[in-house]
Amino acid sequence: MKKILLTLLFILFGTTAYADGHCSKPSGSINILANDFPALRTFVETAKGCKGSADFKVTHSSEHNKIAVPALTANPSEFSARIAANSSIVPLMNQDLIRPMDDLVKKYGKGIQDSQLITIDGKVMAVAFMANTQHLYYREDVLKELGIPVPKTYEEVVAASEKIRASGKMQHPYAAAYKAGWNLAEEFVNMFIGHGGEFFKAGTAEPNINNAKGVATLNMLKKLASLSNPDYLTHDSEAIKVEWESGKVALMTLWASRSGTLLDDEGDAKITAATKLTGPATVGGGNIPAATLWWDGFTLAKNRSDSDAEASFIALAHAASNKKMVADAADQAVWLVEGFVPGPKSIGVIEAVKMGAKPYPMLPQMGLMHGALGSEIVEFLQGKESAEQALKDVEAAYISKAKEQGFL
Amino acid sequence: MEYELDKRSNALKTFNTTFIIIWLLIACFPFIWTFWGSFKVRADFFSRADWWYAISAFNTLIETGGQFTSNAYSEAWTEGEFWKASRNTIIVTVFVVTISLFLGTLGAYALSRSTERYAFWILIAALIFRAMPHITLVSGYLFPFFELQIWGILPTTIVVLVAINQPFTLWLLYSFFKTVPKELDESALIDGCSYFQAFRYIIMPVMWPGVITAGLFSLMLAYNDFTVTALLLNQENHTMVPKIQSYLGTNQHEGNLMWAVSAVVSATAPLFMLVMFFQRQVISGLTTGAVKG
Amino acid sequence: MPNKTFFWFFLPTGLAMILFIGLPIISTGIQSFYAQHDQVVKEVKKCDPFGCTVSIVVDQEATSVLRDERPLGKFNGFGTYFDRNHLAIEQITEFWDETDTLGDFIDQVTNLPFYKALLFTLTYCLFVTPNVLLLGFIIALSLNAISRKIRGPLIFGTILPMIVTPLVGSLVLFWMIDAEGIIGANLQLMMEDPYLSLKSSRTLTWITIIIYGIWHHSPFAFVVFYAALQTVPQEPVEAAIIDGASRYQRIRHIVLPHIYPVVTFVALISLMDNFRVFEPIIGFSAEGSAQSLSWLIYDNLVNEEVILFGSAAATSMMTIIGIAILLAPVLIRTWKEFRTAR
Repeated sequence: MKKILLTLLFILFGTTAYADGHCSKPSGSINILANDFPALRTFVETAKGCKGSADFKVTHSSEHNKIAVPALTANPSEFSARIAANSSIVPLMNQDLIRPMDDLVKKYGKGIQDSQLITIDGKVMAVAFMANTQHLYYREDVLKELGIPVPKTYEEVVAASEKIRASGKMQHPYAAAYKAGWNLAEEFVNMFIGHGGEFFKAGTAEPNINNAKGVATLNMLKKLASLSNPDYLTHDSEAIKVEWESGKVALMTLWASRSGTLLDDEGDAKITAATKLTGPATVGGGNIPAATLWWDGFTLAKNRSDSDAEASFIALAHAASNKKMVADAADQAVWLVEGFVPGPKSIGVIEAVKMGAKPYPMLPQMGLMHGALGSEIVEFLQGKESAEQALKDVEAAYISKAKEQGFL
Repeated sequence: MEYELDKRSNALKTFNTTFIIIWLLIACFPFIWTFWGSFKVRADFFSRADWWYAISAFNTLIETGGQFTSNAYSEAWTEGEFWKASRNTIIVTVFVVTISLFLGTLGAYALSRSTERYAFWILIAALIFRAMPHITLVSGYLFPFFELQIWGILPTTIVVLVAINQPFTLWLLYSFFKTVPKELDESALIDGCSYFQAFRYIIMPVMWPGVITAGLFSLMLAYNDFTVTALLLNQENHTMVPKIQSYLGTNQHEGNLMWAVSAVVSATAPLFMLVMFFQRQVISGLTTGAVKG
Repeated sequence: MPNKTFFWFFLPTGLAMILFIGLPIISTGIQSFYAQHDQVVKEVKKCDPFGCTVSIVVDQEATSVLRDERPLGKFNGFGTYFDRNHLAIEQITEFWDETDTLGDFIDQVTNLPFYKALLFTLTYCLFVTPNVLLLGFIIALSLNAISRKIRGPLIFGTILPMIVTPLVGSLVLFWMIDAEGIIGANLQLMMEDPYLSLKSSRTLTWITIIIYGIWHHSPFAFVVFYAALQTVPQEPVEAAIIDGASRYQRIRHIVLPHIYPVVTFVALISLMDNFRVFEPIIGFSAEGSAQSLSWLIYDNLVNEEVILFGSAAATSMMTIIGIAILLAPVLIRTWKEFRTAR
């Protein structure tokens, strides 16, 4: 599969002939629920270009996760389509709120590539159009000056950071979004996957993190944290990006989607020029990167008429196969759509795919684990408890939640 | 009540003035800083390099060629569609304040003049109602509202905001009605007024400071609420606060922080007028009250 | 007031409250006693743009049978209340048996999410509420003595902390108190400690949030007190001045008794709002060092992909009970007054 994708990525990057995605003028009513950021706005705007005679509405909301389940549970559902990611599609799947769209793909999905289809048990449940991951950023000038090669593993990141600190150039040379909660848990997930860990015992929802891999993960996080700004537990992606721009950091793990502002002409030109992107690092001698791949794609509500689903599909498929959109908005995201020419800002994602990074686990109970991680490992990083105790707490917190949700 | 300044010692006067000045500095400084910063670029106002950048406009000079820029304002209002959000906020606040005060004064007056035991228990119930975290309440509303197909529209949000704010309004007005002597309306009742007439013509004028205060708080709630408006409104009807939130970006994707900052400054300006109005009305309430009382 | 008149006066507000608060509270209460059905899972092949894996999904056919049988879920009694993420009865008994000293025991207990949150919530309430009352009252008295002509703008300045939307208010403050921000950097200079950071230690984070709480809530107390001061009758004050009463005596014996109902009100509301503290934790990104009960609810409802409504419902009910216990002294007093007034 990896090979197919790679061939696909590279063949397609060569495509230069831009054609508008085709549009078979739908009718009915379309109402989309989506997160709120520029690339999604572009995507939905493009879909609107193919609304035909349909009534077209959209709600971009930062609270989309919260709204989605009740909205799609109601019958008829308020929204005919929902733009989701690997994690946010899960509650929709758990509650059986989205419909398979194999027929629609066959009928209207000409421009959509096979690699864009998210299939579960052989049925197409979503169509992806964007990808994202966290990867390394480095300051070329600083590394060169100290004769440090570009790190490939987190062990090298630690060594490089220590060297930079010892040189007296920077006090806290490393940065990553370690803000307690979702961000910190995401770093744990990345690092644990890098160590080759599995979060659950195969085929069940039993937790499986309190083991040597879990301890190694925590120790690596702590080592990296000690090389970061002491306020790391309050730093989200925005905060570390600003830290980078202030020139106080030489190595950073950050979302590919945020590379845009680091490489634009705002801010200190010297830092911008020296900012280089590379793939995610591996850890603990493993060969898959300590990172997770993410996609954004659209899904169709089950509790809505077939004709509305069809109309929504036509409009959204128009955008999900729109070469003009990906050419015009090449800076906004790493598009999975045919015709996308990856620029320097997409290096991280391309490298991650090449290295065989795993997608964020699309499991019914993963959200509960993520939530438990976010708050329970903080005390370990603060030095108040042992790694084993922290992992035991995570498992205990997860088990209570999973019991309440009926997974255990 | 007015303390005449000349009747007080000079030391006290100086102390008083110093205290107010210090307090105002503490109270206003973050806002003044925000106001100042809203005319800079992001790299200056949200800088980790040196806070002095926000004063010296280091990056603002590089990026715009001037010390100050109003780009954030013009972009937020046009491209960011902040005008639409402002319009929705005006609609929501006007209705919420009017309806809240209407329901609240009637209910609180009844509570303050009832001697039955149930009045006390109603007050306690209202207090318990207020203890419920809004986020849980709103999460409970979502499914029924979607099922009834009344989600996303302004009237639903207005009704919810009024209802959620009733316990507070009731208690506030109840406390104020308690400061109005009972003899006042009792004498009106003896003169042949109905309860409603006594309420309308005798009590309300005296209650003006309380009513204005309750109105101010209802306004604050409707103006600043995030939980209800972000979860119950669709994009077309978003008010200012969810709009500002949408400028802040997400974990994975960059927002437009300067839009948020300029939007907050723009949103605070009309409140200045309202507070001036509040101040005048509270004082005028004093004089009317004195005449009637 | 006759019952019938009371009914018509109270009907509109009563209806609104019952419909939008009363019923939801009852329904939340009921739901807190239920857990989700057992989720039947099966292994399937999943493919996305990055490859295929075999992993589990919820088996809809099997689960929907269970769901249709009992739509509310599985009756769980106090199961959710007593589990580790709430009251943690089992864990506490365990700690009690295992630990040797009381200090150890307390350490272990406050490591549990609910008690950790409760500890912060109570500390916050304890420090913020009295300070808000006091500061609000002093500001109201001071401003009331200032010439009317300039009072308008001063009042506006005073209530600014309350009216700037907390969403951005705390964001801006978060940057100001950063080690490189205007307040943080100057604090370092003042304290002569170049490594001082308000965000890195638990104690400093707590202090920061408490100071923010006082700053943010004092205007509320001020507004109510200021309005109430306007209703204090002039005559007794003037009489007291003639009698040679000192300023303090005037406030103690005339002003305070008059505005007493309003003081009770402010105390009740502040206590309640402080118990529900939540916004500064999000605004200051302080989740790592400070968690409150309301934050736990938010975390269950918003932060996770799977919404834990039962868990949030249980925490909400306990928040209500907690507030009822905290307010009990004030309420008993109100009840006594109510009875004497009758």
